[in-house]
Amino acid sequence: MNVSFGGVHAVSDVTIDLQKGEILGLVGGNGAGKSTLIKTLSGAQKADSGDILIDGEPVTITSPRDAKALGIETIYQTLALADNIDAPGNVFLGRELTDRWGSLNDSAMEDATRKVMKRLNPNFRNFVAPVSSLSGGQRQSVAIARAVHFNARMLIMDEPTAALGPAETEQVRALIRQLKEEGLGIIMISHDIHDVFDLADRISVMLQGKLVGTVKKGEVTMDEVLAMIIIGKLPQELTATELAELHG
Amino acid sequence: MTDVSETVKTGMRVRLGGGFLRAIEVDLRLFGMVAALAAILIGFGIATNGRFLEPVNLVNLAVQSVSVAIIATGMTLIIVSRNIDLSVGSIVGVVGMVFAQLMARVLPDYIGFDNPAMWIIALAIGLALGALIGALQGFIVAYIGVPSFIVTLGGLLVFRGLTWAVTKGVTISPVDPTFRLLGGGPQGSVGGTVSWIIGIAACVGIFGLLAAKRRQKQRFGFPVRPMWAEVLLGVVSSAAVIAAVWVFNSYLWPDGLARRYAEANGIVVPEGGLRIESGIPWPVLVLVGVTIVMTFVTTRRRFGRYVFAIGGNPEAAELGGINTRWAVMKTFILIGVLCAISAAIATARLDGSTLDLGEGYELYVIAASVIGGTSFAGGIGTIPGAVLGAIVMASLAYGLSFIGLSSPIQDIVAGIVLVVAVAFDTINRRRKV
Repeated sequence: MNVSFGGVHAVSDVTIDLQKGEILGLVGGNGAGKSTLIKTLSGAQKADSGDILIDGEPVTITSPRDAKALGIETIYQTLALADNIDAPGNVFLGRELTDRWGSLNDSAMEDATRKVMKRLNPNFRNFVAPVSSLSGGQRQSVAIARAVHFNARMLIMDEPTAALGPAETEQVRALIRQLKEEGLGIIMISHDIHDVFDLADRISVMLQGKLVGTVKKGEVTMDEVLAMIIIGKLPQELTATELAELHG
Repeated sequence: MTDVSETVKTGMRVRLGGGFLRAIEVDLRLFGMVAALAAILIGFGIATNGRFLEPVNLVNLAVQSVSVAIIATGMTLIIVSRNIDLSVGSIVGVVGMVFAQLMARVLPDYIGFDNPAMWIIALAIGLALGALIGALQGFIVAYIGVPSFIVTLGGLLVFRGLTWAVTKGVTISPVDPTFRLLGGGPQGSVGGTVSWIIGIAACVGIFGLLAAKRRQKQRFGFPVRPMWAEVLLGVVSSAAVIAAVWVFNSYLWPDGLARRYAEANGIVVPEGGLRIESGIPWPVLVLVGVTIVMTFVTTRRRFGRYVFAIGGNPEAAELGGINTRWAVMKTFILIGVLCAISAAIATARLDGSTLDLGEGYELYVIAASVIGGTSFAGGIGTIPGAVLGAIVMASLAYGLSFIGLSSPIQDIVAGIVLVVAVAFDTINRRRKV
């Protein structure tokens, strides 16, 4: 996958893969190219070159609509909610249910939202207020409900816990584990190395637009991943002095 | 100690008041606007010993608010999507000019002066022109990306200039007699009997709508209003409709007009004069129709949902797969058509078009929409609010001129009301968050 803006190569020759029921942690410092990479998968950004394969078949994704049709759902760091609209309206934004005259079927949308929320966040009650009046965790629930309601196969989560308090973070982590159990493949971008170690099966590290490497969580330590993020070297290439400097 | 009990007491009162309003689920802002309108009408009524509240004045007031109110419904969608349209007055001017030209000069050459289809042809051409102008401006805003403020500021100049250039400043008259009905007045109203039929149909419609909504909610097991609240809402709305019809029907044809009509139709005038009830003016019916259609489009159709999503969070709308450009372009097409409808009513009232037709409308239309609760930050606004805003503005203007204040004073009051209303709204909204 290659993406460049003007002369800047935001993402160059990066390859990642994802299995069903697996969580891939995507980590790297600011400007490493994580967000740009996932934007190409979610259709928000065009790749200059590269292929996307699903079940071995090449697919083209040029818009968010394309990605969704392929079962790739994205939960952005900003959540991308229309704050002035209620939860059902946001869950179905762009994919509204209509009656036979093509008018919005708000009752059916509210009903479906209540059902999906019962599974995701049973404490969620407010289905008629604009989502601006909801708490951070509830808003996150709405964004996740929007992603999973339409039989997603793959979920991309950009900093899912960045804006949340400790209790809400735990709630979202439990939810991510639950979705993994249900067989979704999840790519999770996170600044929080603890989040990544807690949830991910494998970890891909990016630095300056390039992939440093992908490692299995059980085979590395947190320090080694930090070294990949900062120095850009795989654990086996790392010298003892470099590791010491990292702590220095 | 006193503090605590105070809090408890006010807390209770708030809960009781809030409970009532929550039970009937009425939009507080709309409720406040109706109250403000009632206060204005009653205030002027007291100041004029009741003369202001005579049917003839209320009917005139209603008709005068129509032209601005119709466009304000479209302006609400434009502002909700974070755009603005400054060209509405000039669109009214140019379309009004075309209406008058067509009926006074162009069409008679082809189909003759008395052709019954004349008004339909003229109306169709005018509406199409409005849509075309809207589409052009909307395209430049949505697809080329020029800010709507600039595009429509240009439109304001271009279309007013065009009107001048074509008419050379001459008033064009007359328009087709059937077309003239759109302007209202005793003869441009539907009459007493038809008004009552419309009123009763509206009441049946209100109860039918409430019942259908309730059934729909019950089918999904959602919470519904208590029964007393449903009945109260239906009764109050119906009473308002009946009261409005009663006012329109209390406006009788003036004696001279009634006598001429009787002579022409061979009716014997009874003692005490002929009583002909005017009924609902055609322009008011058009406004009611526009309000219903626009409310439906805004709240029940995808297009309306998308406009609000764009206003709430343009990026989210885009990422949701919404064709945001086309939605924005459609809002401009819509307001172009509404300007054409407004132009038809204004031209019909004047029985022709003048050079300054629609001049200054942009300010009144934007003010009406904003007083009606539309937020300039985007994403917030209602169609009934905009219509009420237009009626509030018209009531103030009519009332102030009725008590003999000059036009500059009226402008001063209108300006102050606009700022105060929005300031009130802003403070209110900040407190809620």
